[in-house]
Amino acid sequence: MELITPELGLIFWQTLIFLILLALLAKFAWKPILGSLREREQGIEDALRQADRAKAEMQSLKADNEKLLAEARRERDQMLKEGQAMAAQIVEQAKTTASEEAARVTQQARESIQQEKNQALAEVRNTAAQLSVDIAERLLRRELTDPSAQQKLVDEYLKDVKLN
Amino acid sequence: MKRLLTLFLCLFTFAGFAAEPTEGGKKGEAFNPGEVILHHVADSHEWHWFSTDNGNFVTYLPIIAYQPGKGLSVFSSKHVAEGETYGNFKLNGEKLVTLDGSKVYDFSITKNVAALAMSSLVLVIAFASVAKSYGRRRGQAPSGLQSFLEPFVIFIRDEVAIKSIGPKYERYMPYLLTVFFFIWFNNLLGLTPGAANLTGNVAVTATLAVITLLITLFSSNKNYWTHIFWTPGVPLPLRIIMIPVELVGVIVKPFSLMVRLFANITAGHIIILSFISLIFIFRSAWTGFLSVPFGLFISVLELLVALLQAYIFTLLTAMYIGGAVEEHHDDEHHAGHEHDDYGFAEQRQGGSNFGHFERPGVAAAH
Repeated sequence: MELITPELGLIFWQTLIFLILLALLAKFAWKPILGSLREREQGIEDALRQADRAKAEMQSLKADNEKLLAEARRERDQMLKEGQAMAAQIVEQAKTTASEEAARVTQQARESIQQEKNQALAEVRNTAAQLSVDIAERLLRRELTDPSAQQKLVDEYLKDVKLN
Repeated sequence: MKRLLTLFLCLFTFAGFAAEPTEGGKKGEAFNPGEVILHHVADSHEWHWFSTDNGNFVTYLPIIAYQPGKGLSVFSSKHVAEGETYGNFKLNGEKLVTLDGSKVYDFSITKNVAALAMSSLVLVIAFASVAKSYGRRRGQAPSGLQSFLEPFVIFIRDEVAIKSIGPKYERYMPYLLTVFFFIWFNNLLGLTPGAANLTGNVAVTATLAVITLLITLFSSNKNYWTHIFWTPGVPLPLRIIMIPVELVGVIVKPFSLMVRLFANITAGHIIILSFISLIFIFRSAWTGFLSVPFGLFISVLELLVALLQAYIFTLLTAMYIGGAVEEHHDDEHHAGHEHDDYGFAEQRQGGSNFGHFERPGVAAAH
């Protein structure tokens, strides 16, 4: 019976000491321990979330890079195409210009040849005229040395005049 | 910390070791195992360490007696040892009585009180040092005692407090942790030879149970009392019957806490002592070949029981508090609730709080 009868003294001491123990542990042990645990768990959670975020960021970066690369490749292709087109155009243009130039030069040459020819012809004509005049003069001079011949010529002219 | 402990223990032992001659007369008397065992599990005014042929090694503890009208008297229990009288006082067994039969209240520092003070001191020092190492090793992995105790703290928080109490668990964490480590540590201490059987004392478990009851009552909300006085989901005539049943339940819950812890720990001690007593009953050292393995087996089992009982006391305390702070649920099915099966069981039994005791984990520990 003594075993199951709670003694007043022990109840008193148990209450007193247990409450002091509770207060001391709550203040000096549980508060810092639970606080640290929460802090650490928060830290771990934050780190995990950060890692996830970094992973997502990395993925988006990678995707961005790929996009950039694809764009660059496309741009390069376009530039190449454009370059080729431009080159072809330039060649074409050069060809055109060259043929035009050639035509022009030919034309010019033809013109100058024509001109030269004309000039030469005129000169030939002039020289021929001069020459014939000279020959005529010389001929005339020789023929008219004799007065009868002179008379004859004058008569001839006069006859013409009369006819007119 | 270790040095401090050693010093403390040294002081304690030096203070009162006294060798007194063993009573030769007792040798002839028949060995009374019941008396010996009860003496070992009960509280005492002296700390009896061990006996040799040269005498008993005993620490006499102070007696603090209060007599209404006469005031306090403080003296060493040495003066009233072995049936001696001191002033008006005398020990009747372990009970302090007055010679003239007047009333006396015994507030002595008994063996249990001394053990209680020491173990509390050790707990404070140990956990304060653990708390300090949390501050020192901020952001690092736990080490040493810290890493040993941390899983228990986290277990009490996550598996006991959060699951049983819910979002308001934080207010009750200090009590739950204190009661868990107090019971566990003292259960273990009680297993050491020569130590006091503190958690196997009904006064200690009663005090703890009453504190749990008070915390439950002071944190109870309207929903808790509605469940007691007007149990929902029960036919009207039954509700009238349920009121006394539920009211008894309020008292029975802490009472069961008190009895469970006391009985489990005391029973373990009695079994071990019984096996040892067998040697003396048969007056043969050969009995040791039977007693020692069995005693060892029970001792190891008691190591498990020490932890288990601390866990059960804490878990049930958390569940009682959880029942008191639980908010009313519109849907009575507790869908998706932590205590799903437990909630249903409670309903089927007409909302009786005895449903708590039907939980398999708890039933096994009875």
